Amino acid sequence: MSKPVIATASLAGCFGCHMSILDIDERILDLVELVEFNKSPVDDIKTFTKPVDVGIIEGGCSNSENVEVLRAFRKNCKILISLGECAIMGGLPAMRNGIPVRECLEEAYHRCPTIDPFDPKIIPDDPDLPIILDRVYPLHEIVKIDAFLPGCPPSADLIWKALTSLLQGKPLVLPYALVKFD
Amino acid sequence: MNKITFTIDGQACTAEAGQTILEAARANGIYIPSLCWFEGMKPAGSCRICTVRAGGRYMAACTQPVSEQMVIENMAPDLEDMRKALVEMLFVEGNHMCPTCEKSGNCELQALAYRYQMLVPRFPYDFPVRRVEPAGPKILLEHNRCIKCLRCVRGVKAKDGRRVFGALRRGGRKKIAVDLSLAAALSDRRAREAMDRCPVGSILKKEVGFIVPVGKRKYDATPIGSDLRKAEG
Ligand code: SF4
Ligand code: SF4
Repeated sequence: MSKPVIATASLAGCFGCHMSILDIDERILDLVELVEFNKSPVDDIKTFTKPVDVGIIEGGCSNSENVEVLRAFRKNCKILISLGECAIMGGLPAMRNGIPVRECLEEAYHRCPTIDPFDPKIIPDDPDLPIILDRVYPLHEIVKIDAFLPGCPPSADLIWKALTSLLQGKPLVLPYALVKFD
Repeated sequence: MNKITFTIDGQACTAEAGQTILEAARANGIYIPSLCWFEGMKPAGSCRICTVRAGGRYMAACTQPVSEQMVIENMAPDLEDMRKALVEMLFVEGNHMCPTCEKSGNCELQALAYRYQMLVPRFPYDFPVRRVEPAGPKILLEHNRCIKCLRCVRGVKAKDGRRVFGALRRGGRKKIAVDLSLAAALSDRRAREAMDRCPVGSILKKEVGFIVPVGKRKYDATPIGSDLRKAEG
């Protein structure tokens, strides 16, 4: 039987959740035995090359590219996991929700203390750049999500427990001490 | 004094006349989840987390006096799911960024979410626009996390008995206000008390944030209410 295929992505996240995936220590050797990685920053595969069993996404949707990647994952993955606070509720990036986008961009590109006051005041708007959304969206407000693993980051033990259960088709039974929002 | 006899989920209990269902339950070692209730303070019955059922009727256990032969349901699955829904509602109504919160690990709202293993709220997030209010040298008010339980309004008093906090407006627009001069004059002990009265990280004493390491905080290892269950067993 071929190994189950896993794919991962970081959208509006800080890669902390990915660090936590790697933080399963020597169990990563078991994981490599158990599964095969497809599109993921872990192996630097950029595009899907086959259907995926479990997709894991960190970070919410802050721009148009995040939404595209998320939709591509939904299309290609049997099970989609929302990993971490940012994916589940927007997290720190969502602190801009409620502040108009223009104000955010002006703060970053005009008023930020490291901007040279003599530089022309521009806000990058190259057509190749993804468009910033009106606010940061949790993943499940855009596509259907099958499992949620909270934490900032979720602990390696939680990720391990969830992944091994899901791959064996077992229901998620998570111990109290593993479900934390921080 | 006459003892009242009643049952909670089939377990025989006794109470003093005049005790509320919640007080009586705790005296019998039974946990009824609560949030706006605070020991020793007049109950408000506003959060409804402590809702129980007796004779087919729903009631807030923190305000309803227990009566003779009452048959109370506490842990019925539908009641528990309703409580979980209330917790989820409180999460989406405010901005709860637990990873940045000084109260994380010691927060009663978060502890209830852990107890109910809330992985994601069933309601869409509101992302309301609220502010952080620096309320003088002793405390600050983080309105993003306020759940309007009014524990501060009911319980935090200055030395002369005057209320330090008050509530403005009503319903969904309700907002906590603070008397800045009274807040500035709070002793360290009273400022700490104000912070402890608040179930969430909305009232914070300055300069003591994140003082307890992760792993040692109140609800890191055991769910809220488990101290009572231990007493029972
Ligand atoms: S008040 Fe409680 S639930 Fe809200 S952010 Fe702080 S720890 Fe989380
Ligand atoms: S500030 Fe705290 S104690 Fe006061 S109403 Fe808000 S949540 Fe309750």
